[in-house]
Amino acid sequence: MIGMTEQVILQVKDLKLHFPVTKGLLRKKVADVKAVDGVTFDLIKNETLGLVGESGCGKTTIGRCILRHYQPTSGQIIFDGEDITKTSRNDLRKTRKKMAIIFQDPYSSMNPRTSAGTIVAEPMRIHKMYNSNAEYNNRVIELFKMVGLDPSMIGRYPHEFSGGQRQRIVVARALACEPDLIVCDEPISALDVSIQAQIINLLKELQQSIDGLSYLFIAHDLSVVRHVSDRVAVMYLGRIVEITRSHALYKNPLHPYTRSLLSAIPIPDPFVEEMREEIILEGEVPSPLNPPAGCSFHPRCFMATPDCAKGVPPLRDVGDDHKVACFRV
Amino acid sequence: MINKQTTEEVVFTEAPPQVSEWRRLRRVFLGRTSVAVGAAIMVLVLLTALFAPLLAPHDPYLVGTTSPLAQPSREHLLGSDTLGRDTLSRLIYGSRTALMVGFVTVTIAAVIGVTLGLIAGYLGGIPYTLIMRIIDTIMCFPMLLLALVIAAILGGGLQNVIIALSFAMIPGYARVTCAMTLSVRENDYVIASQLMGASDGYTVIRHILPNIMQPLLVMVTMQLGSLILAEASLSFLGIGIEPPGAAWGAMVSDGYRYLLKSPILSFAPGVAIMLTVFAFNMVGDGLRDALDPRLRGLL
Repeated sequence: MIGMTEQVILQVKDLKLHFPVTKGLLRKKVADVKAVDGVTFDLIKNETLGLVGESGCGKTTIGRCILRHYQPTSGQIIFDGEDITKTSRNDLRKTRKKMAIIFQDPYSSMNPRTSAGTIVAEPMRIHKMYNSNAEYNNRVIELFKMVGLDPSMIGRYPHEFSGGQRQRIVVARALACEPDLIVCDEPISALDVSIQAQIINLLKELQQSIDGLSYLFIAHDLSVVRHVSDRVAVMYLGRIVEITRSHALYKNPLHPYTRSLLSAIPIPDPFVEEMREEIILEGEVPSPLNPPAGCSFHPRCFMATPDCAKGVPPLRDVGDDHKVACFRV
Repeated sequence: MINKQTTEEVVFTEAPPQVSEWRRLRRVFLGRTSVAVGAAIMVLVLLTALFAPLLAPHDPYLVGTTSPLAQPSREHLLGSDTLGRDTLSRLIYGSRTALMVGFVTVTIAAVIGVTLGLIAGYLGGIPYTLIMRIIDTIMCFPMLLLALVIAAILGGGLQNVIIALSFAMIPGYARVTCAMTLSVRENDYVIASQLMGASDGYTVIRHILPNIMQPLLVMVTMQLGSLILAEASLSFLGIGIEPPGAAWGAMVSDGYRYLLKSPILSFAPGVAIMLTVFAFNMVGDGLRDALDPRLRGLL
């Protein structure tokens, strides 16, 4: 139920990213890897949109496209009312201030030769936010406190921190320029389970205390995504197959792929767990180099009919802000 | 603890590496006898070059301080050459030539080579292909042969030797830098910096260069040795330092005709070359071990 009053911070329209596959000395293009193939969604201010799917389905690529790390092949990315799909690198600088990223691996996301304080101050220094070192220092101390780190650790180097602390530093760096959007690219996959909860809760608390902060939360763990997201988009082979409010998705999954994914989550109750009906998919994820005709899920689908191979099912609204891409639903 | 922390106290410029890290480096570095000896010789050669006028007993260019090809004596510890110049004084002054050629050449070659390597490795695409194919072409020629040809075209003299050797050394630096840049630029912190809106120059200088510095430092030290040797070879072949300049290679070359009558003439500069090259190689070796992060904690 998206009211008109809610402000859309990010609009992605029919986004496509095809990586050319070249062969031979002359680099002749022989095929395309359709990493992202026509993805459309909106992100509302203050909202968290979860993006789930198995590895290789293009969820990270979407995140990197939005941040313009990759140049999309076609489609539109509208951030805060401004089309940034084709903005030049120079003009993009101002927009970059309003977008940040949190990486999966807290070990490679920080330069090992700079101190934690320098790392957190980097985005502010790039955008020349303040005039004096004292102002930068104050802001860094403030950020350290916000993410639950002891400001006395400012002078330490990345290798002196634990994985969870490192991820907190990365969160602090992402928050430094007061962004409107943070792309969280599997921010907890590389962490210990006990630390995962801490980082997730930190992200949620920050969103509650900072006005207008939206997350695009990329993950492959459905139970984590349920916990953080307001809405969830499920991806399969470069396309969104189902997108809806988080509780609706878990209560009433419509797409057969979502249903099989959800059926794989163990239930922490031995009696209920025994009754759990698991849908086991057959076969492997097809290569995006040579996706099946029609609905790309049909070769593995337990609901497929011969018609499913004939056309790509569009993402259609089935009411109550629930969209699904399946002929059989 | 936290409460005491006022803003004035926290200054996060590049904090100095911890004392313990320095101690470890020193222990690993000087722990091997050969490295310690090499370092000592290197310091000795550096001091000799620095204080040559004070150390040399005679004017190295003055002809006829004694009879030609004089045997070692109290006055002339290493005898004299065909023109009666004091060998020891020429040896001491020769260290200046050797180090001068070594340091200046390495600096020029490293600055140009590293810059090219960074551009090629960071930008990729057309700059990469263009730079690296040219580098490959230069690399087809053996380094010394290339230096020889350039020195022969330009003529002898200190300046031309430096130009010739620097040119021959550039490809090595460019290749190593490019390879390391290609691997470092894939790190998330480089991507993060780009996504923050940093310029290419900022990203390269702040994030890539500091992380490829250590192997380059080792390479520089190692190459100082081979450069001194290369200069000696050029001088030996007669297209290096012009007479009457004092260069070890030229001294070996001048002396070998009198090898039976006065072996010390070739022998003394030969030993000087050997020891200096050994010293630089050992220091390079020691640096490599001390700076290798994989050995951290093991040594």
